[in-house]
Amino acid sequence: MKSPAFAYAKPRTLDEACGLLEAHGEESRIIAGGQSLVAMLNLRLAAPGLLVDINAIEGLGGISVQGDRLVIGALVRHREIEQSGMVAENCPLLAQAAPHIAHVAIRNSGTIGGSIALADPAAEWPACCLALDATFRLVSKKGERRVAARDFFKGLFATALRPAELVAAIEIPLLPNHRSVFLELARRRGDYAIVGLAALARPEGGRLHDVRLAYLGGGDAPILARHAMQAAEGKPPAADLSAELARDLSPLADLENRAATKLHLANVLARRALAALAA
Amino acid sequence: MDHTSTLTLTVNGTKVSRTVQPRTHLIDFLRDELGLTGSHIGCEHGVCGACTVRVDGTIVRGCLTLAVQCEGKAVDTVEGLSDSGELAQLQQAFHERNALQCGYCTPGMLVAALDLVKSEPDATRERIREHLSGNYCRCTGYQAIVDAIETVLVHRRKEARA
Repeated sequence: MKSPAFAYAKPRTLDEACGLLEAHGEESRIIAGGQSLVAMLNLRLAAPGLLVDINAIEGLGGISVQGDRLVIGALVRHREIEQSGMVAENCPLLAQAAPHIAHVAIRNSGTIGGSIALADPAAEWPACCLALDATFRLVSKKGERRVAARDFFKGLFATALRPAELVAAIEIPLLPNHRSVFLELARRRGDYAIVGLAALARPEGGRLHDVRLAYLGGGDAPILARHAMQAAEGKPPAADLSAELARDLSPLADLENRAATKLHLANVLARRALAALAA
Repeated sequence: MDHTSTLTLTVNGTKVSRTVQPRTHLIDFLRDELGLTGSHIGCEHGVCGACTVRVDGTIVRGCLTLAVQCEGKAVDTVEGLSDSGELAQLQQAFHERNALQCGYCTPGMLVAALDLVKSEPDATRERIREHLSGNYCRCTGYQAIVDAIETVLVHRRKEARA
């Protein structure tokens, strides 16, 4: 299908962009890479009156290490993260997760800020940000505020973003003594995962400390599996976290997999991830 | 707020300027406005890869890119890449290996394959499959397509050593 008609603006500054979003309210949508939004437009699942293209705004790009944090601008493309030496060195989890995002042609356009703002429960970056305890820099006419990823994702496509506010950057604490693993189960490469897991821990003498397990596809939002994390804390890799995961996750059945199947697969991923983190 | 924009960009080396609706995606612009019907429209929501084209040297989904977002950019389609000879080896290999039947997916396959051949000369069959995972073929299956791309990679590696 073809998208419904909309107006288009390409502001040069954040101030101008926020002004447009404020003036047009719910009628307006931000477009960056457009890899989810244009598909939704074509399918007529979205019909905004105005698209505010933020690609020309300076200061929303770039990857840098600032103090004890890796900072990634909202406009950084998935592919840039995948190929960045700085990311591989300072936050291997992101480099491990990037190749799982759709396909190269999509990763060349799609942005990390867009993925965070959309908050698709099956997306890779939101789960990674939960596991990494990232913080988002959000900007609006009122200025900047910082919101922890763990307070940001509120449910299905729902976030702490206020009207006329946009994601400017993602800040990730450096964890030099942690190991990370990113795993997904999908029927075909590049498909949305049936279930996926971003896992981090600090291994020490065969035991895992500061265990973090964040799931995608485990419910209507990215989910930090707190009970499973607690059960795995300070121990050698657990073989079975199914009871804990049943409390943490609430996967939705789809055409191919029952909720129980997804829970089982989540446990399989946890077992694999913990073993890999301790190895 | 106007519902049309003037768009100037370079397509296959030629500068073009047109008035477009913002809702027009790149692939409709190329096909309907410029008559470049080599790039195909399949699913129109980013799944099939038939509309793969190059923008500023990187491959993108033509159906998920708004034409207005290509202001000032350089777009290369299968037509331009054929004329320049960039695709010649791949086209010959696709022909020899019977890597197409109806041809619907072929322009997208070629543009995606060229991206891999250029960026990863040592790519394995596994990497070829990964790189083409976003391009669907419903006729030949993928074996012959992977064969064709591998043929080109092997040939290029031999050339590079010689």
